[in-house]
Amino acid sequence: MLCDICKQNVATVHLTQMVEGKTKKVDLCETCSKAKGVDDPTGFSLADLLLGLGAAQDMEQAAGGAEVKCPHCGFTQADFKKAGRLGCAECYQVFSEGLEGLLKTMHKGTKHMGKFPALLKESRDLSDKLKHLQKKLDKAISDEDFETAAQLRDELKNVRTRISELAPAK
Amino acid sequence: MNIQEFISSAAESSKRSGPHDRIVLSSRVRLARNLRSLPFPGWAKKPDRVKALETIRPAVESLPQMKQAYSESMDNLTALDKQILVERHLISREHAAKNAGSGLVLNKEESLCVMINEEDHLRMQALRPGLQLKEAWQAIDQVDSALEKKLDYAFSLQLGYLTACPTNLGTGIRVSAMLHLPALVLREQINQIVQAVNKLGLAVRGLYGEGTEALGNVFQVSNQMTLGEVETDIVERLNKVLAQLIEHEENARASLTEKKSKVLFNHIGRAYGILANAHSISSKETMNLLSLMRLGVDLGLFPGTERSVVDELFISTQPAHLQKSFSEKLSAEERDLLRSDMLRERLKTVSRPDTTHVAAATGEKLDKENEE
Ligand SMILES: [Zn+2]
Ligand SMILES: [Zn+2]
Repeated sequence: MLCDICKQNVATVHLTQMVEGKTKKVDLCETCSKAKGVDDPTGFSLADLLLGLGAAQDMEQAAGGAEVKCPHCGFTQADFKKAGRLGCAECYQVFSEGLEGLLKTMHKGTKHMGKFPALLKESRDLSDKLKHLQKKLDKAISDEDFETAAQLRDELKNVRTRISELAPAK
Repeated sequence: MNIQEFISSAAESSKRSGPHDRIVLSSRVRLARNLRSLPFPGWAKKPDRVKALETIRPAVESLPQMKQAYSESMDNLTALDKQILVERHLISREHAAKNAGSGLVLNKEESLCVMINEEDHLRMQALRPGLQLKEAWQAIDQVDSALEKKLDYAFSLQLGYLTACPTNLGTGIRVSAMLHLPALVLREQINQIVQAVNKLGLAVRGLYGEGTEALGNVFQVSNQMTLGEVETDIVERLNKVLAQLIEHEENARASLTEKKSKVLFNHIGRAYGILANAHSISSKETMNLLSLMRLGVDLGLFPGTERSVVDELFISTQPAHLQKSFSEKLSAEERDLLRSDMLRERLKTVSRPDTTHVAAATGEKLDKENEE
């Protein structure tokens, strides 16, 4: 049996793990298992390995044989196959199609539910508020409720000011 | 200051205590973060890696939590320095292999450790003795919130924090605990337990040794999924599983002392016999036998001996820790001799296991066992 990573040496390290009820298997040679830190408490995850191998195929399919290259960092799907890692933040946009299936199988969901950088969280909340106020304003105007409309205009102005205060910070 | 002088001694380190540290050796929460504008470390050319390090390192150093920290570029650490940090679980092996362009910032208490340009630009970890996942999460959350004011993180509304490997995407969080589970191993229940925990989407693996081998009966449990879930839910889920694992291990210990005390005492007695009398011993054998001795201490077989004596030996008998007291490079054979010298010396004051108290409590069942 050949090593799943280098496809050259004989696999001597065999790992199985249950991931979401499915049994996943990886066979590695001595060199690759060391290189991947299989015996490393702070780094290794079998899922990482499996992911890299599976996703590279998905990416190739998504690209339909053509070579896709990240314009920002020059990373290609062939590089992903080799490394199981992406090149830069922009790569996530470039390879999004090929990554989708993979993210679905490996994670609980495909939408981030956790922490947001505070500034971003505030500006996102503000833009939600902006939309909401704009709707109320439109309704007040069509109802010819000019007192409310004036109030809403003031509020809108405040929200816009706060948004422009946040903008240059990032 | 040299890193070997900066970090606590093996003796100090093993005296740290925390909740449930009979079974849970330590808790860790790690966050992965990257800078928006630079390629990830594995793909970046050296000038970009250096740029990332020069941006991140001062930001980390300026944190109030890092007031008396040790901060260094990885190329200024010797191979031995790095190996010692690996043996203390402060840095990953991957990070130990890094040189110029990568860095390390470690606080005085060794409770916060930031790896710069490991697989991601930033790998920050909070460490706590015993079971303290919530505390570790809160500590690292604070560090992250302070850093985001100084650094422009790669973040997407849909995918969260962007990481070099898609497995860390979203929260970038890895919550983990190191567990000592000798009774579950002795009772051969461990595989069943590992499978059950795997089904919950958590990874379990031996901490030392390759593949599924768990030297010293030390296991690490950690989350695998990082996207689509809130950090505190992940911490909570792990906490629940750990509470169950602690209970299983305690039950296994109780049932061993009640039903299989001869087998148990035999294991522990032999472990002590070899450790206290060997004249050459490998690191692997040492870990496995120290694990049994640690179990013996927990079960009251070594009255007057603190658990920290065993834990200290667990650290100080590892290859790099042994090497550091000697100026010339030791061969593996030489280390085996010196390791046994150290063990004999340290265990001189530890009397052989006293089973009378434990046996007396279960004497009746013992007789029964013998009749079978
Ligand atoms: Zn290989
Ligand atoms: Zn890219």
